Amino acid sequence: MKTVPFYKNIKVLGVLTQVVVSLLVLFGLYFLGRTAYEGMVSRGIPFTFSFLWQEAGFSISEGKTIALEGGRIVLRPFEPSDAYWQAFFTGVYNTLRVSIAGIVLTTLLGVMVGVGRLSSNWLVNRLSFAYVELVRNTPLLVQLFFWYFGAILKLPPIRQASEWFGMIVSQRGVFVPWPVPGPGFDRYLPFFLGGLLAFLLGAFWSRGRRGLWLLGLLLLAAGWLYAGDPFVLSVPEKRGFRVVGGAQLSPEFSAVLLALVVYTASYIAEIVRGAIQSLPKGQWEAAFSLGLNYGQTLRYVILPQALRIIVPPLGNQYLNLTKNSSLAIAVGYPDLFNVYGTIANQSGRSLEGILIVMGVYLSLSLTISALVNAYNRRVALRGARR
Amino acid sequence: MKRLVLIVLSFLLLTAFGLAQKSRMDVVMERGKLICGVNGKAPGFGYVDEKTGKYMGFDVDFCRAVSAALFDDPDRVEYVPLTAKARFNAIQTGEVDVVFRNTTITTSRDGSVGVDFLPVNFYDGQGVMVKKELGVKSVYELEGATVCTNQGTTTEKNWTDFVRSQGWKGNKLLTFESFDKVFNAFMSGRCDAVTTDKSGLVGWKAKAPDPEALVILPETLSKEPLAGFTFQNDSRWRDALTWIVYATIQAEEFGITQKNLDEFLKSDKPAIRRFLGLEGTLGKGLGLPNDFVARVIRHVGNYGEIYDRHLGPNSPFFIPRKGSLNDLYTRGGLMYSPPFR
Ligand SMILES: N[C@@H](CCC(=O)N[C@@H](CS)C(=O)NCC(=O)O)C(=O)O
Repeated sequence: MKTVPFYKNIKVLGVLTQVVVSLLVLFGLYFLGRTAYEGMVSRGIPFTFSFLWQEAGFSISEGKTIALEGGRIVLRPFEPSDAYWQAFFTGVYNTLRVSIAGIVLTTLLGVMVGVGRLSSNWLVNRLSFAYVELVRNTPLLVQLFFWYFGAILKLPPIRQASEWFGMIVSQRGVFVPWPVPGPGFDRYLPFFLGGLLAFLLGAFWSRGRRGLWLLGLLLLAAGWLYAGDPFVLSVPEKRGFRVVGGAQLSPEFSAVLLALVVYTASYIAEIVRGAIQSLPKGQWEAAFSLGLNYGQTLRYVILPQALRIIVPPLGNQYLNLTKNSSLAIAVGYPDLFNVYGTIANQSGRSLEGILIVMGVYLSLSLTISALVNAYNRRVALRGARR
Repeated sequence: MKRLVLIVLSFLLLTAFGLAQKSRMDVVMERGKLICGVNGKAPGFGYVDEKTGKYMGFDVDFCRAVSAALFDDPDRVEYVPLTAKARFNAIQTGEVDVVFRNTTITTSRDGSVGVDFLPVNFYDGQGVMVKKELGVKSVYELEGATVCTNQGTTTEKNWTDFVRSQGWKGNKLLTFESFDKVFNAFMSGRCDAVTTDKSGLVGWKAKAPDPEALVILPETLSKEPLAGFTFQNDSRWRDALTWIVYATIQAEEFGITQKNLDEFLKSDKPAIRRFLGLEGTLGKGLGLPNDFVARVIRHVGNYGEIYDRHLGPNSPFFIPRKGSLNDLYTRGGLMYSPPFR
């Protein structure tokens, strides 16, 4: 066989172009970075990450950070005497909090509305349609303002807020009774963890499930009796300017969560509807002729198949939701991007800060992608096996 | 994410292009107009006039003074509205030539943030405002209260310090990007109080639907000397700006106003003639037109005139000047220009 000279070899050429293009890109980035660096130096602005260990000196309205206290790493509210890196952590914590809650809730709402769009019940059908069209066709930022300034801040002030079953709903947020560790908590902890472990094992090992779950329940109950009051209910109570006790959903958190959930659900609804409609009609007819009713058909026949079509675009929506949470700054919710702004301004380290922020969002997005892909492989496999 | 990428890219690009070794002075002269960072939303200091759609205010007049000095025309200015948070970036990246936006001089801003300050044009202090119905008479009654302010300010750090030094528990500080959101949240009851520079409180109070329902508490929590600022390491540009600000103060001390400028131009007193550029080379030495002071006074007026125009008794945002720190040193204030000679 005659050998092709390397400069005519398509494979070599292919690799070569890739290398050249990557080099050009790298060089471009290097050039930009280098000039920026020199520009900063010539203006007397250093490029350094050492500020991360300096005291922040400002307050963050909600969210937790990690700290070393008495030799233990604890999660506790951010304090002004904490360092800038802890402020960043609080931002990440708040971004995660609103994104995770958002992803769970928007999936539920989205699937409900998506199925509702195909409902034969006229009212449900029209309502779902109106919801999707209204929400999908207005900007998210506008909706966020609506929820915050137009809805939540219009709730009654704390002093006039009514209380139902220990719950207080006011423009300062929603306060609910919440269990907090009580006097017996330390004695209860081993039982609690053991019970949890039993439940987890049961979830994976299907044959021993019954027994394990029973064991878990037993552990939890027996531990409770033994330890005595591991948890007590903290009931919110108005005092002076504020409410003490219970758990609080701040108005800012609630507004961001509502806006993200409602907005993203309209897209998920369309994905769900599209997936269901793309299944051949015969699936429905076959299920009905087997005697399954509407709900059963949906649950056992349609949704499992639709799932395979839904999962990839759903992952996209999860990414969107997470990234859109950076709009939180508009209503003062201290998510990562918001906290970054304050840090950058107070420390003067904008470029360093934004690099950190990009790194965090990138890792978040890649993690979500990886999780969705893993799940996708699972459902796809199951489908192939069937 | 797109937004982030854009920010980073523009940051890199702007810094890269800003690298040119020239003084900003030459850049501005070549461009033929000044790019000035202002507030845009601070009543009395830097805001867009609802009738004319033009930028107005005490700080804005200092942009106009610079433009008058450079171009003999106060309106060769492009205004860039900046939030408290964005203002230092705007200088770090070279997006604007100078910022006049009620900014407090502090060590860390001068040092690690990397800007250089001009002379103080307004001495202020931080105050707290509440609704009358709250029944609070002093800031010391605010334990446990939720307080709102804007981000990236000395205000947020001062209040944090104050709460810490009082040893209070349960106080919350809620911060927004811009002050109109702060005020909106305050008015709708999200916070018990707002805090910012007292000058700002006066302005926002006057703009409220019912100013009588609001009270500014008597205490002053901090020193807030407000000044313009510009690039670090560009002495030529900073010197020029510095003396333009001083010129307004010195003009008031000499008693030179927009109206009587022409008479003073006929003066035979050497100090006046030097000041107005009729004699000597004071302006030239700074790289400015020799008559820059006369230009500033003709187009914008002296410090007192600027003050009265925006914050005087006939303006909607009256802040008494007599006997305050903002009066001339000859009347017991702190406004003092080094000699023009
Ligand atoms: N002087 C303080 C605060 C300056 C400040 O932001 N003041 C407010 C109160 S008037 C303001 O300008 N708000 C206008 C806005 O953010 O839109 C500082 O330099 O940090």
